[in-house]
Amino acid sequence: MNHRERINVGRVERWLSMIAGGALAAYAVKRRDAPGGAAAIAGAALLYRGATGHCDVYQLLGVSRADRPSGGERGEGTGIIADRYSDTRQQLGGNRGIHVEESVTINRPISELYRFWRDFENLPTFMEHLESVSMREEGVSHWVAKGPAGMQVEWDARIINEVPDKVIGWQSLTGSTISTAGSVNFDADPHGTRVTVHMQYNPPGGRLGAALAKIFGEEPNQTVREDLRHFKQLMETGEIPTTKGQPSGRRSSKARIRTAPKARA
Amino acid sequence: MKAVCWEGRGDVRVEHVPDPSILNARDAIVRITSTAICGSDLHLYDGFIPTMEAGDILGHEFMGVVEDIGHGVTNLKRGDRVVVPFPIACGRCFFCTHDLYSCCDNSNPNAWMAEKFYGYSASGLFGYSHMLGGYAGGQAEYARVPFADIGPFKVPDHLSDDQVLFLTDIFPTGFMAAENCNIQPGDVIAVWGCGPVGQFAIRSALLLGAGRVIAIDTVAERLAMATAGGAETLDSMDPDVFYKLRNMTGGIGPDACIDAVGLEAHGPHIDFVYDKVKTMTFLATDRISALRQAIHSCRKGGTVSVPGVYGGFLDKLPYGAAMNKGLTMKTGQTHVHKYLPRLLRYIENGDIDPSFVVTHRVSIDRAPEMYRTFRDKQDGCIKVVMQPY
Repeated sequence: MNHRERINVGRVERWLSMIAGGALAAYAVKRRDAPGGAAAIAGAALLYRGATGHCDVYQLLGVSRADRPSGGERGEGTGIIADRYSDTRQQLGGNRGIHVEESVTINRPISELYRFWRDFENLPTFMEHLESVSMREEGVSHWVAKGPAGMQVEWDARIINEVPDKVIGWQSLTGSTISTAGSVNFDADPHGTRVTVHMQYNPPGGRLGAALAKIFGEEPNQTVREDLRHFKQLMETGEIPTTKGQPSGRRSSKARIRTAPKARA
Repeated sequence: MKAVCWEGRGDVRVEHVPDPSILNARDAIVRITSTAICGSDLHLYDGFIPTMEAGDILGHEFMGVVEDIGHGVTNLKRGDRVVVPFPIACGRCFFCTHDLYSCCDNSNPNAWMAEKFYGYSASGLFGYSHMLGGYAGGQAEYARVPFADIGPFKVPDHLSDDQVLFLTDIFPTGFMAAENCNIQPGDVIAVWGCGPVGQFAIRSALLLGAGRVIAIDTVAERLAMATAGGAETLDSMDPDVFYKLRNMTGGIGPDACIDAVGLEAHGPHIDFVYDKVKTMTFLATDRISALRQAIHSCRKGGTVSVPGVYGGFLDKLPYGAAMNKGLTMKTGQTHVHKYLPRLLRYIENGDIDPSFVVTHRVSIDRAPEMYRTFRDKQDGCIKVVMQPY
C-alpha cells in the first residue's frame, strides 16, 4: 500500500490533530506525572495521525475521510478525464501526474491526418518510443512501449471521446499498470491543419515508474514535440529525414571495419 | 570513397570513408564531377560554427551525375547531369510552397538543436554542422542527396562544370543579395567583401539595373576582379570608407549596402580589435565591422542586404542608426531552388559566365592545402574547384 492510499484523514482534520497533539505533548512535558504520561501517548498518536494522514482507528472501522481529488473538467473538448469515476481519473485529476501540451501545423487536409492517426497501429511509425499498438476489440487497444535496457512497458487504453476530423481522446483502462490519458485535436488553420496533443501520465513507483520516466525523458514536452515533428514530416514529405547510415570519417573501431573493404585508393 | 573531412579547427583531411547509400525513398546518389570550397566553409575551418564533429564530411557546392535513385524519385534517371542546391528542401511544407526553400520545415533531422539556438530551425544544409542537419557534404566522390525530386537541377551538356557549378550556392546567393536591395534603375549599390559571393552580387546588381556598384575590399586581385565586373572600388582598410562613400554619392549615401563579408570581418577601426578580442575570449560569437559600416553608410530609407553568414549574438550592432534612418534589413540563407531556372537562362544567354571566379582547379587530394591557401588569401586565391577523380 503506498503512501497516498494510506491516507484516510481529511486535510482540516489532520491540522486539528496536529494542533491538539502538540498541545497535549506540551501539557505532558509540563506535568511529568501519570496523567501527563497518558496525555503524552494520546498527543503522540494525534501528531502521528496529523503528520501521516493515516488513522488506525478509521482503518479498523473501514472509514476514510480523505479529500477526493479535485480535478474538474480540463481543456473542454479535449476528451481528457471524461470517465468520471475511473481510477485513471483519480490518479490524473487536479494537478497530479505530468501534463504535456504541444502543437504542430501540417500542410495536409484534416481528414487525411485524422484517418492516419485514428488507425492507432500507425502511431509507432512516427512515435519513437512506441513498439506497437494493436486493437483488442472496438475502442480498446494494447500499447507496448520500449523501455530502457530492452524492457517493455505495456498497457491497455480505451477511446473515450471521438469526433471525426476533430478530436480523439483516450485513457488507460482501470487497473492498468500505467495511468495515462490523452487527446489529439485537429483544427483548420491558414497554414494547413493544426494538430494539438494533450497528454497526461502518472508514473507509478518502482521499476516500472522509472522505466516510464525514462521513456518520456526529463523533458516530456520535447519527446512529444519530436513525435509530432516526425508526424508532420511523414505526412508532408512521405518520409522521416535521417542521416543514420550515412558515411563519415569518424574513427570509431566500428567505422574503420566498415571502411576498410570499401576503400578504393 | 575519398572525402574531405573536418577534424577540428584548422584541420581538414582527405579520408577514405564508406560510399553513401540510399536511406529514404526520395534520395539519390550523385557521382560528383566538380566540387568547390565556399567562403562559408572557412567559418567551419576556423571553428566559428558550433556543433561540428570530427569526421564530418564537408562541402555544399557540388555537381555531378545521378548514379542511383530511390523509388520515390520519378523526375530523375541514372546519368542525368545535375547541380545540387546547398539547402535541402522537401518541396511540400508551407515554406517550400512559398519559395522559402532555405526555411524548409522538414529537412533538418536535428531541428531541436537549431531551435535551442534560433527559436525555429532553418532547412538542413549539406556538410554544415549537426545543428543544420548533420548531412554528409559533397567534397567527396559521391554524395547522398535527400529530397532529390526537389533539389537536383538538370543542366545542359553544352555548358561546362565551371559555368554551372556555382548555381549550387554563390551565384544565387549573390543574386538574392542584389534582389533583396529592391534595386531601382540607376541605384548606387555598395558591396562589402569581394570574395566569390561579393563578385556575384556586383554582377547581379548590374544585371538588375543598378547604375553604379562600389566594391569594398583590401585584397588587390579581388578588387581587380570587381573592377573587371564593372564596379568602382574602395580599400576596406582605408579609415575613410564612410566619408568617401558619402562624397561618391553626392552626400546621400548608397541606396543599398550589401554585407558579403559575414562573421569574420576585418577592419581598420578600433571596433575590429574589440570584436577580435571578444571572440577570441569567447565573449562574443561574431566579428561584425563590415555590417556596422554597411548600416552606418547606408542612405536614409535604404536597404542593408546581408548574404554574409552570422552565427550568434552580435555585439555593438548600431541598431539605432538602422531605426532612425528607416533602413530595411534583409538577410537569410539563399532560396537556391527558386533562382535556378532564371540564372541558368542568364548563363545560356551569355549575360554572365560564372567561370570567371575560378582561380584554382585541383584534385580533391589537395583539399587540406587549398583550405589554407583560400583562408590566407595566398597565391591570388579567390575560388577553388576540386575534381574528386
